[in-house]
Amino acid sequence: MSIDTETAARVAKLARIKVEDEALEGLAQDFNTILGFIEQLQEVDVEGIEPMTGVTPMRLKRRPDGVTDGGMQDKVLSNAPDAREGFFAVPKVVE
Amino acid sequence: MLDLTFETPKPKVIAGAKHDWELVIGMEVHAQVASKAKLFSGASTQFGAEPNSNVSFVDSAMPGMLPVINEFCIEQAVRTGLGLKAKINLVSAFDRKNYFYPDLPQGYQISQLYHPLVGEGEIVVDMEPGIARVVRIERIHVEQDAGKSIHDMDPNMSFVDLNRTGVALMEIVSRPDIRGPEEAAAYVAKMRQILRYLGTCDGNMQNGNLRADVNVSVCRPGQYEKYQETQDFSHLGTRCEIKNMNSMRFIQQAIEYEARRQIALLEAGENVVQETRLYDPDKGETRSMRSKEEAHDYRYFPDPDLLPLEIEQAWVDDIAANLPELPDEKKARFVKAFGLSEYDASVLTAELGSAAWFERAVAEGGDGKLVANWVINELFGRLKKDDRSIEDSPVSPAQLGAIVRLIKSDAISGKIAKDLFEIVYTEGGDPEAIVEERGMKQVTDTGAIESAVDEIVAANPDQVEKAKQNPKLAGWFVGQVMKATGGKANPKAVNEIVTAKLGL
Repeated sequence: MSIDTETAARVAKLARIKVEDEALEGLAQDFNTILGFIEQLQEVDVEGIEPMTGVTPMRLKRRPDGVTDGGMQDKVLSNAPDAREGFFAVPKVVE
Repeated sequence: MLDLTFETPKPKVIAGAKHDWELVIGMEVHAQVASKAKLFSGASTQFGAEPNSNVSFVDSAMPGMLPVINEFCIEQAVRTGLGLKAKINLVSAFDRKNYFYPDLPQGYQISQLYHPLVGEGEIVVDMEPGIARVVRIERIHVEQDAGKSIHDMDPNMSFVDLNRTGVALMEIVSRPDIRGPEEAAAYVAKMRQILRYLGTCDGNMQNGNLRADVNVSVCRPGQYEKYQETQDFSHLGTRCEIKNMNSMRFIQQAIEYEARRQIALLEAGENVVQETRLYDPDKGETRSMRSKEEAHDYRYFPDPDLLPLEIEQAWVDDIAANLPELPDEKKARFVKAFGLSEYDASVLTAELGSAAWFERAVAEGGDGKLVANWVINELFGRLKKDDRSIEDSPVSPAQLGAIVRLIKSDAISGKIAKDLFEIVYTEGGDPEAIVEERGMKQVTDTGAIESAVDEIVAANPDQVEKAKQNPKLAGWFVGQVMKATGGKANPKAVNEIVTAKLGL
């Protein structure tokens, strides 16, 4: 699989990362190096082996259904560039 | 288990300008889990709170915060799966669905694409007595809800409230087995009823706790059957998804409009473009959500913050053992145990509260059929008039049971029973005592009725002559006797005596 500059630009756009046009070539090359490495990994025969999802023998930790958090509107909003009447205020987005 | 038999409804056919067309509909129902806290945080799920007050640092996606799953939410999704006769997957996993929107601070929604918690099930969608559609459920997965954007508070800004962010949703995905707008609405209604019976979702559509995305396509008659045989989607038309519907009426209108739009395109030789659309109830039309087109690449991948969710069969068995009686079973039992019509059984089992009320009244009054008539015709009508729910009915099951006992023992006539019901409804009190105190007892004493008939016969010789020519006029005498006795005479006895006295 080979990534061209157009694909690199699309991935950057989906991730909301601004990439200058002249940097796209290098970015595409980086992608290709990473994917090349993954292609190499895919040569390993993993037939019949369960995918490993963690390195420690742990069960997903659970929590009982109780309200233990929240009630801190001021803190939640404290980093917002703009907040009004308890809401985050953002540039208009309308469908 | 008791089962009622039913036939499959005919699919809806829409006549286009050139041909007939059929509809194929699949639904994704988003049901909010009735939990106190959110799926991955300890913040409250309470509706209508101050904006951004039910928000933890996990929900607002502060750096370094990690999700911890709410076990109760998983239990509710398993319960829902069992209620839909679905396969429960003992191992499932969470994935990230990546997109940017102001009400999604994480930049991704935690969902289950590759390994959902619940697999295939089914639901019986009742259309009318004896007619129902079995709709296959493809899967149920557990996911986070997004926040809420408000666009009309300021001309230039959108306001974002994260209270709903991270609340647990069950996304219930059907196969494209629904064949018309009415079936789609009935599907949502049945789903809502089952969820409410199970107690896993309150089904409040107005608050958005139950909403549906509707996938609609059209095809020529015969094509759907080919799809059913082969499960090959190429036999079907291209579908459009109508997002976020939270009203049964709008679901029907939107499907109707969308089907006609697609038919018009196809008959004009154009193609249907697969896209997401929104229904505008004011204009009665669907329109394309262009902004979403580009964002369709969600780049799903397993969430590295969460280990796979492993549950034990014994835990699932325990949940299964504690499932309540579900609507289909309850309805079948009401039909068989009380001799009700399927229609009456459906009405009584629509809400769990009505079904329980009815059963308590039957325990008091005996005769399930008579109790059902009184509950459906008198009680429901009266409650509706006052805009009350069964939960705040002024008449208790014991009181209605007593009224029914009085009717059954011929102590009061049906007409008087209605007056009695109204007294109990408005004033309260013990029906038996009221009947005694107010002299409402039915006159079954034939002597008393006979003398009443004699008086009327003696006072109306002309009518007697006419009645001899035309026996139908006997009804006039019965009416007069009932009037003279204040409605308390046993109508059957009056009829017999009138007929005998007139020599008919």
